Amino acid sequence: MSDLKGWKDIPIGGVIDKPATAREYKTGEWRIQRPIIDREKCTNCMQCWLYCPDMAIGGGLDGKKMKLGEVNLDYCKGCGVCAAVCPVNAIEMKSESEFI
Amino acid sequence: MPVKLTVTGAAAVAHAMRQINPDVVAAYPITPQTPIVEYYAGFVSDGIVDTVMVPVESEHSAMSAVVGSAASGARTMTATAANGLALMSEIVYIAASYRLPIVMPIVNRALSGPINIHCDHSDAMMVRDSGWIQFFTENHQEAYDFTIMATKLAEKENVLLPAMVNLDGFITSHGVESFEMLDDEVVREFVGSWNPKYSLLNTKNPVTYGPLDLFDYYFEHHRQQEEAMKNAYKELPGVFEEFEKISGRRYDFLDLYKVDDADYLMVVLNSTASTAKYVVDQLREEGHKVGLVKPQVFTPFPKKEFQQVLNGRKGVVVLDRAMSFGKEAPLYSLVKSSLYEVASRPSLGSYIYGLGGRDTTPEMIREAFEDALQGNLIADEQRYLGLRE
Ligand code: SF4
Ligand code: SF4
Repeated sequence: MSDLKGWKDIPIGGVIDKPATAREYKTGEWRIQRPIIDREKCTNCMQCWLYCPDMAIGGGLDGKKMKLGEVNLDYCKGCGVCAAVCPVNAIEMKSESEFI
Repeated sequence: MPVKLTVTGAAAVAHAMRQINPDVVAAYPITPQTPIVEYYAGFVSDGIVDTVMVPVESEHSAMSAVVGSAASGARTMTATAANGLALMSEIVYIAASYRLPIVMPIVNRALSGPINIHCDHSDAMMVRDSGWIQFFTENHQEAYDFTIMATKLAEKENVLLPAMVNLDGFITSHGVESFEMLDDEVVREFVGSWNPKYSLLNTKNPVTYGPLDLFDYYFEHHRQQEEAMKNAYKELPGVFEEFEKISGRRYDFLDLYKVDDADYLMVVLNSTASTAKYVVDQLREEGHKVGLVKPQVFTPFPKKEFQQVLNGRKGVVVLDRAMSFGKEAPLYSLVKSSLYEVASRPSLGSYIYGLGGRDTTPEMIREAFEDALQGNLIADEQRYLGLRE
């Protein structure tokens, strides 16, 4: 939270003084585990992309086929849903402490 | 020219509201506040004010509507009492946190239960930590004057906090007494127009009110509220001064009655101060150096002023019209803690009086003074005036 503003620098009353979306609110800060995808095992079935509750997994059409993209760690909150739904166990949830 | 009106306190407050002419009043009638809302509804239906009056179905809705209205940028008022305030309380905190300068007369009444509709201060004390500025008033004149001053203070850019103006249920609200009403234009000019920085209706500069404010900013917003209270404390002398210019009436944080040479002081809020002044006069005639301190501003608590006036006195008795079960009475505990570091602490006594409208006689007030005069005060003992043993 060190990059957040102090009490003298924010609008009073919790007012958000410009049009905005929750995109600026990086929910990934809550995460204690992150998904690591083994690209060798991945079949691009897109189950993880479909089920991620935070739409944190990128990907889309690559030519005629779907292709898995990167995990956006600004929003991935480490719930592990992607790892649970992956039919080929290509996703491993690793502790954040490993990446400090 | 100011005129003398002989009316109820509720009418006096309604007249202050009429002269302020808020854009919106959303209110639910509750005894003993009802006549304020009734009088005001009369002004609205007679076209005397151009306020939008919202008759809601409960006080929770009243405060919710008021928050919405104030967030939209409208100058907004309501009024309530006792259980109505309790029902509002969830939104009362929100109004303060959103920094909406709503003004709300509170006609003080006991909180149930058992059911009671008469005066005490348990309602005001229940919300003393909600972030609202709190004024207490002795009579019609003060209830009228403080409603006007509250509007001025609440809307100051460095304050922006809601304000409650407390007056005693039935005693002030329903009792008939004379007060001086200022000219409409004078009041209108004094309160000026309200130009909110953020308005939900300003489509050119859209804002969001009430977003989620979790562990990352909630703390900072509360720190801002504390700063606003400090600013309110700093701005009040200026408001008192300006009000004196239009009215000739000089107010301060504490109303001091015969305190200059007094060895023994009583501290009491609202209408009971009148009875206490009468007793002070009696005791003075008998040669006792006694005086009275009546706080007009309770939040922000005028700690420094208390220290100045109470330091070096022989004895101080504090009367509370509310209990804080299992703890010291609300006014007493604050007065006592304010004296922690004064050079010469007086002996202190805590007295509970008048709960649920129990009549408070000069004899009862005298009893507390006599304890002080006889050196019979115990700081950690809570005593009761007019309670049957
Ligand atoms: S761990 Fe949860 S939030 Fe993160 S990518 Fe997987 S499904 Fe999405
Ligand atoms: S669910 Fe597993 S296999 Fe399917 S796209 Fe995601 S990582 Fe690849």
